[in-house]
Amino acid sequence: MIALETHDLTVTYRKRPVLYGIDVAIPEGNLIGIVGPNGAGKSTLIKAVMGVVRSTGGWVKVFGKPVKQSLPRIGYVPQRESIDWEFPVTVMDVALMGTYGKLGPFRWVGEAQRRKAREALERVGMLPYAKRQIGNLSGGQQQRVFLARALAQDSDLYLMDEPFAGVDAATESAIVELLKDLRSKGKTVIVVHHDLQSAREYFDMLLLLNMRVVAFGPTAEVFTTELLQKTYGGRLTILSEMAEKAAREGIGKIHPKNEP
Amino acid sequence: MDYLAADFVYVPTKLLVWFGLACFFTALGCSQVGTFLVMRRMSLVGDAISHSVLPGIVIAFLILSKFGKASLDSPWLLIGAGLSGLLATVLIELIHYRSRIKQDAAIGISFTSLFALGVLLLGIYAKKVDLDPDCVIFGQVEYLQGYPRVEWLGMEFPRPLVSFAVVGVTATVIVAVLYRILLVTSFDPSLATSYRYFPALVQLVLMGLTSFVVVSAFQAVGAILVIALLILPGATAYLCANRLPMILLLAGVHALLSSVFGVLLALKLEINTGAAVVLAGGGLFTLAWLFGPVDGVVLRAWRRRAGEGMEPDAVPE
Repeated sequence: MIALETHDLTVTYRKRPVLYGIDVAIPEGNLIGIVGPNGAGKSTLIKAVMGVVRSTGGWVKVFGKPVKQSLPRIGYVPQRESIDWEFPVTVMDVALMGTYGKLGPFRWVGEAQRRKAREALERVGMLPYAKRQIGNLSGGQQQRVFLARALAQDSDLYLMDEPFAGVDAATESAIVELLKDLRSKGKTVIVVHHDLQSAREYFDMLLLLNMRVVAFGPTAEVFTTELLQKTYGGRLTILSEMAEKAAREGIGKIHPKNEP
Repeated sequence: MDYLAADFVYVPTKLLVWFGLACFFTALGCSQVGTFLVMRRMSLVGDAISHSVLPGIVIAFLILSKFGKASLDSPWLLIGAGLSGLLATVLIELIHYRSRIKQDAAIGISFTSLFALGVLLLGIYAKKVDLDPDCVIFGQVEYLQGYPRVEWLGMEFPRPLVSFAVVGVTATVIVAVLYRILLVTSFDPSLATSYRYFPALVQLVLMGLTSFVVVSAFQAVGAILVIALLILPGATAYLCANRLPMILLLAGVHALLSSVFGVLLALKLEINTGAAVVLAGGGLFTLAWLFGPVDGVVLRAWRRRAGEGMEPDAVPE
């Protein structure tokens, strides 16, 4: 079954395209990496799927249904920078937030929710820190808390925005194990990733992205010099292709220099 | 205001209790709503709303007096205030999104203009209708004495006190009911979006709540000092606790203590009660800033000396 499908998904920011005509169909039960240069729209893509960023065109389906109906089945791990680490919540509070989706906004948090949050924290090794304020943790620990929150959501599809950013080697391998464990349970995990070297080891499939989909497929097939060149080094090529296409379709000018 | 000095030498206990309760209920509602303003870095928006409600109050008061029903505790004032508070937030967003002006400047433009409009209207019409500019700008709990009384549990209370209590308790209850939604939208809007908590709508509700509590705060401490009741309790509590429920509770305690100390201070120094309440609240904040058990200056210094780096990066894995 297809876990995530987008058709012609387009996001513009101040009239400039950030994502352009994204067409992908991601099969269930895989570990997928989204890679591409800075400003390629990697985070924007998963934000657009979550509805955090409004798309200007196209549609998104999750497990065959419009994304709005499938939101309870999606777990989202935001980028570290987007969190206010001085906010007065403890590690346990954050993990509990993962249970709010199924609980609804007005029912009391009960023992079932607390147990779920504790189990999730246990799995990432953060239970001993349950009472800590989230600012009093290292970067790796903070990342693990947000993974625990996603685990407590008990989702079928996970979208993670750079979970390895600012994380030490030990945490990184612990996270990778966790992701593989999720996959073995039939979950689909989509990860925005920065490092090309490790991308090859970690993921079953890769989505090469630079404003539009350069390639999508099994890592072995997609991880080729030619395609990577096209994604990273060959950036200008892609932009000029786009400009040509836009000119053909009469969409208007695209200014490569102002590209975010 | 001069009647104060003459009057205040023999203030009956009953009056003191009234003033104290009026300040407390006002500060209570403000403290609960204001804590979320502090957490969302929206303190300035709170300031903007608290000033922008003035023209709404004056216009509502003028319309009411046409029908001979003008009174500072009329629910219509709430509606007028709510509308103009909302107008301010709409103006801020309009200026911000429809031009290159950034949000801070947009706030500065909108609320001062609306406040000036309110002051102007007050200046023109205040004498015709019975609305005291001093009372609106500086607040005057002392006017409570002049109102008709209602009886409850064998005791009598001035009518505005009842509406203060209703506003304060209602705001607290609403915050408690919406607690989870307010928490998630404040902490992680993207998670809130995926839970379909509608952050933009929640934002609007919070603005509405702010206008609601601000109107009664207006009468207690006046337009200029309302912002203090919104920000001080939450900010003080934030220095004393690490969890939001505790912070909301401590903010309520701050509201209570600053009202009690404020009323006593006003009595002692024979000054305006509103200013005294805010001063007492500021004093409590200073104490928390210096000796706060979570993030106090003294504690930080002591930790540094003890060699326990509190910078997040320094905490070992």
